[in-house]
Amino acid sequence: MMNYLPGPGETDTGGPTPPAIRAEALTVLRGSRSVLRGLGFTVPRGQITGLLGPSGCGKSTLMRAIVGTQAKVTGTLEVLGRPAGHPALRTRIGYVTQAASVYDDLTVRQNLDYFAAILDPGRAAADRRRADVTRAIADVDLASHADALAGNLSGGQRNRVSLAVALLGAPELLVLDEPTVGLDPVLRRDLWNLFHRIAADRGATLLVSSHVMDEAERCHRLLLMREGEILADDSPEALRTRTGSETVEAAFLHLVDEAVAAGHTKETAR
Amino acid sequence: MSTTAPAPAAALNLSRTTATAARVLRQLRHDPRTIALMILVPCLMLVLLRYVFDGSPHTFDNIGASLLGIFPLITMFLVTSIATLRERTSGTLERLLAMPLGKGDLIAGYALAFGGLAIVQSALATGLAVWLLGLDVTGSPWLLLLVALLDALLGTALGLFVSAFAASEFQAVQFMPAVIFPQLLLCGLFTPRDQMHPVLEAISDVLPMSYAVDGMNEVLRHTDMTATFVRDALIVAGCALLVLGLGAATLRRRTT
Repeated sequence: MMNYLPGPGETDTGGPTPPAIRAEALTVLRGSRSVLRGLGFTVPRGQITGLLGPSGCGKSTLMRAIVGTQAKVTGTLEVLGRPAGHPALRTRIGYVTQAASVYDDLTVRQNLDYFAAILDPGRAAADRRRADVTRAIADVDLASHADALAGNLSGGQRNRVSLAVALLGAPELLVLDEPTVGLDPVLRRDLWNLFHRIAADRGATLLVSSHVMDEAERCHRLLLMREGEILADDSPEALRTRTGSETVEAAFLHLVDEAVAAGHTKETAR
Repeated sequence: MSTTAPAPAAALNLSRTTATAARVLRQLRHDPRTIALMILVPCLMLVLLRYVFDGSPHTFDNIGASLLGIFPLITMFLVTSIATLRERTSGTLERLLAMPLGKGDLIAGYALAFGGLAIVQSALATGLAVWLLGLDVTGSPWLLLLVALLDALLGTALGLFVSAFAASEFQAVQFMPAVIFPQLLLCGLFTPRDQMHPVLEAISDVLPMSYAVDGMNEVLRHTDMTATFVRDALIVAGCALLVLGLGAATLRRRTT
């Protein structure tokens, strides 16, 4: 994106809409090791962007940086036109961690009631909250389990409760860390349909991570990551065409080989 | 890294605080055994103590009054440290801090929920001790209840603070003897503090539980609210607030 970003405060008063996420020279340190190394990319609004790469490549760290829970972040990282972690973003982003973060000793509905009360507090908002909670439970297809304790649900069901929490308050940006891991194919398809509905009907932006490459085909755009760096930032079709591969997985492997070869020549040139 | 303190998060939001307190109590309601243990165990201990000292009711007066202050501290310490630890390890704390919840809202919510429970626990224990077990108190039982409540708050604060340093529930439980037992030994329950080795006496002077027990003893011996009682109550309350503040500092929005 080449348009200049409006400053904070200008975002809601017209002007060009900034991309959902814009990173420049984004680096994250853990101890003295850099987990993310000088990333630069943009995530367009209203689309599903897949964040793909092997386990341990920095996907979760990048997501935590975007939602503002990661420490030691340097470089530029703007989310919905504001610096990542800005207090004004807290109601505009929905975030699902890899492990379900819900209270096991509350029912599904009680979990959602509580998080809804944090997002949209006050007695005046009670009716709006109730409708929001009911909708979120329906979105993840847990209406029949609404009064079950979260701790008594299966792993996949607990993950969906966690997802439902992130859907509360109709966030503009959803950051989902491996939301489909451990789910059966039918549920996975249903969730991806839900993600597409959320993007299409609510105009939300979704950033979905996965280490399963076959999910890549369901995204509008892809960020391929490896060892803390972005290998590619493109649409699935363009990636396949550019690398002359049949699948995104083959394209990824092709890019890894390229990167390794380039790394070798750089080292020998030194 | 401390992010710039935003105005909405710094101020206490009443509905978020009460929503948090209601949620904590709702979690407990799904666990009736814990509630029963919290409420009944102190009462049973008092009954036990009363008949252990069947022959010397004066000893029961002394120890019983002190214990009325110590029980809420210990229970609240344990419950809070484990509850907050679970909040940290389950990822719900990270989720909450990524939402528009102030740290103060969370802490006040916990203090409110467990404080309420502490009132029930202390009221039952105090009522039982004074009216059924014949604990001989010169002052007003309401003052006993006040100190018990402040102790409960101190226990909540210590539990919250300590949970930041525990990586597992095993460690959290082990912090109980580490943090509470030395105070228990030095608070004057077993020997008057001025009869201890001077070094230990000096240490006991800076431990909050000493003042909790002193306060209880003041109520035991004097009809009016003495200056010493006021001082003791203020010290316990001040310590609780101080440790709550330290506990708030351990809640980080950004973690590595």
